[in-house]
Amino acid sequence: MALLEILQLPDERLKQVSEPVEAFDDELLAFIADLEETRQNGPAAVGIAAPQVGVFKRVVIIDCSTTRKPVPNHGYMVLVNPEITKWNGFEKGREGCLSVPDYTGNVIRATKITLTAKDPHGEPLQFEMEGYEARAAQHEIDHLDGMLFVDRVVSRRTDLFKRKVYQDGGKEKKS
Amino acid sequence: MKTTWFMLTMIGKDKPGMVAAISGALADHGVTLGETSMLRLGGNFTVMMMVSGAADEQALRESLAPILESQGMCLHVDPIEGGLHKHVIPNVHVTVSGADRPGIVSQVTAVLAEMGINILDLESDVAGTEDKPIYIMQITAVSTLDIEAIETALSSVRESDVSVSVSAIETYIG
Repeated sequence: MALLEILQLPDERLKQVSEPVEAFDDELLAFIADLEETRQNGPAAVGIAAPQVGVFKRVVIIDCSTTRKPVPNHGYMVLVNPEITKWNGFEKGREGCLSVPDYTGNVIRATKITLTAKDPHGEPLQFEMEGYEARAAQHEIDHLDGMLFVDRVVSRRTDLFKRKVYQDGGKEKKS
Repeated sequence: MKTTWFMLTMIGKDKPGMVAAISGALADHGVTLGETSMLRLGGNFTVMMMVSGAADEQALRESLAPILESQGMCLHVDPIEGGLHKHVIPNVHVTVSGADRPGIVSQVTAVLAEMGINILDLESDVAGTEDKPIYIMQITAVSTLDIEAIETALSSVRESDVSVSVSAIETYIG
């Protein structure tokens, strides 16, 4: 186990698109253990994505079970090659990022999503997520596509009129 | 080395190019910006800007004088304590909306003050029409109290024509 160094803005590598995992081997398991140790070490980190530690593989970890007020969640999850297959609704919520210290801002995310992924051993997973947990998945999957939440922050005067961003699929890189 | 900061307040009749003129003049004189807030209020463009890098207040005023003149803006300068990287993450959001009448802001914020709740950001606006103005206010704040306690305290302000909603902000960090 080892703590990994977290890349911070303006590190160009954060904009890199990560590659799907093909080998579900011991090396992957060891990396996931390090990534989780790094997440737990991060101040108040709920989730983390592999590219945040300079590993450009499609792996994210989220755990929404420790919020101040309980929210609907599936507990600790390692999602390998995650894909969002359905989006529903949209809402504004506040986000911050281990890669962008001392900044939080409002981002519009889909309220409900359906997500498919593989577990660390390559077994298929499917989840229905809502609210905070759906936000977590979208934030982390953005990292896999080289997107940071600061690219999606809306002005405090912005109301929820930017729905098109999500109707177009949520992976768009342009505002 | 401790950076010396000034807070600049500038106001003028809104038109295109004001921010470019101000920031250009400051950059030309080696002055850098910190946190800022700039927005249009009632047809005026208002700027509050943390700046550093100026020798003193006089030098700041001199570097801005020509563009203040051409942009029709007035300037106020305060030396300030504090600095960057001191953000506080809000955890409470209060929305108030309803028929405009005197005292809405005062009543809501008096309740918050009484509870020791610190406002980080307050924006309010008058919408509707001249005949039927609507007051809309959004507050983000930080508090150690339960949302239910804040909600209960604010229920005294709630009336048939003014709605108040309180929600927790659960900031996602990832």
